[in-house]
Amino acid sequence: MMVRVFVPRDTTALAMGADEVADRLRVEADARGLEVALTRNGSRGLAWLEPLIEVETDAGRMAYGPVAVEDVADLLDAGLLEGTTEHPLALGFTEAIPYLARQQRLTFARIGVTDPLSIADYLAHDGFRGLETALTLDTQTIVDEVKASGLRGRGGAAFPTGIKWQTVHDTPSDQKYIVCNADEGDSGTFADRLAMECDPYMLIEGMAIAGLAVGATQGYIYLRSEYPLAHRILDEAIERAEQAGYLGADIRGSGRRFDLEVRLGAGAYICGEETSLLESLEGKRGMVRYKPPLPAIVGLFGRPTVVNNVLSLAAIPYILAHGGQAYADYGMGRSRGTLALQLAGNVKRGGLVELAFGTTLRELMEDFGGGTFTERPLRAVQVGGPLCAYLPESQWDMPLDYETFASVGAGIGHGGVVMFDDTVDMAEQARFSMEFCAVESCGKCTPCRIGSTRGVEVIDRILANQDRDANLELLDELCETMEDGSLCAMGGMTPFPVKSVMTHFPDDLQR
Amino acid sequence: MSASAEWTPPLIQDEIDALKDKPGALLPILHAIQDRVGFIPDAAVPIIAESLGLTRAEVHGVISFYHHFRTSRPGSHVVRICRAEACQAVGARALEAHAQASLEVDYHQTTRDQEITLEAVYCLGNCACGPSICVDDRVHGRVTPETFDRLVDDLRTAPLEVK
Repeated sequence: MMVRVFVPRDTTALAMGADEVADRLRVEADARGLEVALTRNGSRGLAWLEPLIEVETDAGRMAYGPVAVEDVADLLDAGLLEGTTEHPLALGFTEAIPYLARQQRLTFARIGVTDPLSIADYLAHDGFRGLETALTLDTQTIVDEVKASGLRGRGGAAFPTGIKWQTVHDTPSDQKYIVCNADEGDSGTFADRLAMECDPYMLIEGMAIAGLAVGATQGYIYLRSEYPLAHRILDEAIERAEQAGYLGADIRGSGRRFDLEVRLGAGAYICGEETSLLESLEGKRGMVRYKPPLPAIVGLFGRPTVVNNVLSLAAIPYILAHGGQAYADYGMGRSRGTLALQLAGNVKRGGLVELAFGTTLRELMEDFGGGTFTERPLRAVQVGGPLCAYLPESQWDMPLDYETFASVGAGIGHGGVVMFDDTVDMAEQARFSMEFCAVESCGKCTPCRIGSTRGVEVIDRILANQDRDANLELLDELCETMEDGSLCAMGGMTPFPVKSVMTHFPDDLQR
Repeated sequence: MSASAEWTPPLIQDEIDALKDKPGALLPILHAIQDRVGFIPDAAVPIIAESLGLTRAEVHGVISFYHHFRTSRPGSHVVRICRAEACQAVGARALEAHAQASLEVDYHQTTRDQEITLEAVYCLGNCACGPSICVDDRVHGRVTPETFDRLVDDLRTAPLEVK
């Protein structure tokens, strides 16, 4: 009897040896005369269990992980294909694994469940329902639905998506664009990558809906060059979506057009800033533009442009399929819907955790994360990427909500949560923040271009104990200058992690 | 395996002509050339500039802005080490020190045997299973100094692909 086995194919699963496991599984099954139908699914996002393989049984999918190549023969002998629970790597029913069962997956409901490139799988799991609905609505009604959802930009700035769409909708032009910001450069973040590698049609659907809503006929996914696998998967998915009539000149026979193309970045963190991204898409150096004018009015090639993060666009199919209110029912305060958190760094159980806004950081790091990978005490956590603050234990009980975090000078950013144990040298982390800014600054404004280099030098003097107090004061002033005088968030927010070290971990600057 | 084709002006021109009518064609063209040749030869700059109606300075400015583009031939393999925070939290600083010492190169340099070019990268999106490195196009997770040495040995002893 043919048994279906799933071996994931996202970057993390492959980095942990999923291809080798899949190959061995074929060989060992053949040797035993067992019939296996192998599906290369996306990842469930339980990174610490990768490669997490699953076996389909009458009662549901059974999980095993992390599976090494050497485990395959033993697993087969123990009854893998019957869904045995009698093996050290057996995890029981996949969907009963507490890490997964306790999540509220709206955007990431399909990842790991389906074959990422199968349109049939996508359709069988609610796929393209949002687009079909959007095709029956007038443009303003689509925008209103997005406004009703309360969705705010998931790239980090948290600007209301519906209002951005309204501006583009209301700006007349012969050509408008939808640009997806897939330049996921923040360390500790991989949710965009998971969405693109594991459920690419969701992003395609979200972008097509955006196009219908604002009257744009061309979309670009600006993808970082560090994601070659996502590139191959997106290209293939776009081609298949065109063939199936979900993209192109006549979407589902509606007479409405939306074309989509992936464009690769080239290793510049600053191109995650939306105006720099647009310059790069136009074939130029990724230099930040002055705002105003807003990209929604004068964007790509001077035309009105929606620039949204992958996760903002990926939330759209759910909102259109289930209604804006269904999405807004999750969350707290002005932070509506769910947040894709990414547990990273020194964490025992790292991975993707999608939850409604309002969970505390401590619940996330302890209940989901299980503490540190090194099993040493947790000391600091950087939430929201390299431009956000390091948080000490006194701040771990804050609920994850945009306003709560902003009130203490912290940010949620793109949802990355990077944990550090007690061996971390926070002075080195502060120095790295300045160093990273010096490497990645576009160079257009002085506070960022020069300030970051001076910042590294001042921290070096502090660490060498040269006029320490005077240099600490100078560092504080430099941070203020960068914050107030920089053109964009690169220079304007680099001081946040530095100042958080000065405030919360001052001893590390006094050694 | 990095691309290592010998390049000629007509080859560069072919890559340009296939893409030059796209809006904002310069980055796609630079990617195509680097994917084909392994780097962007200096002599390609005037050909690109002429084809797109840009100045050489503009083309040079774009090439030099982006970390991904290189202007000299890399080694047979490019090894990129993630230097970003999530990997730092699990030992990336020690790993990069080990890599530089064992390969006897700094970042952006190639080993004496021309086998390996070492590059820094700021995040490979494998942040729950660091430290991460990328060997050509393949990401590896939970890399220790020992596994790094093993990966490098494999690269150096792998038979050359005949194209």
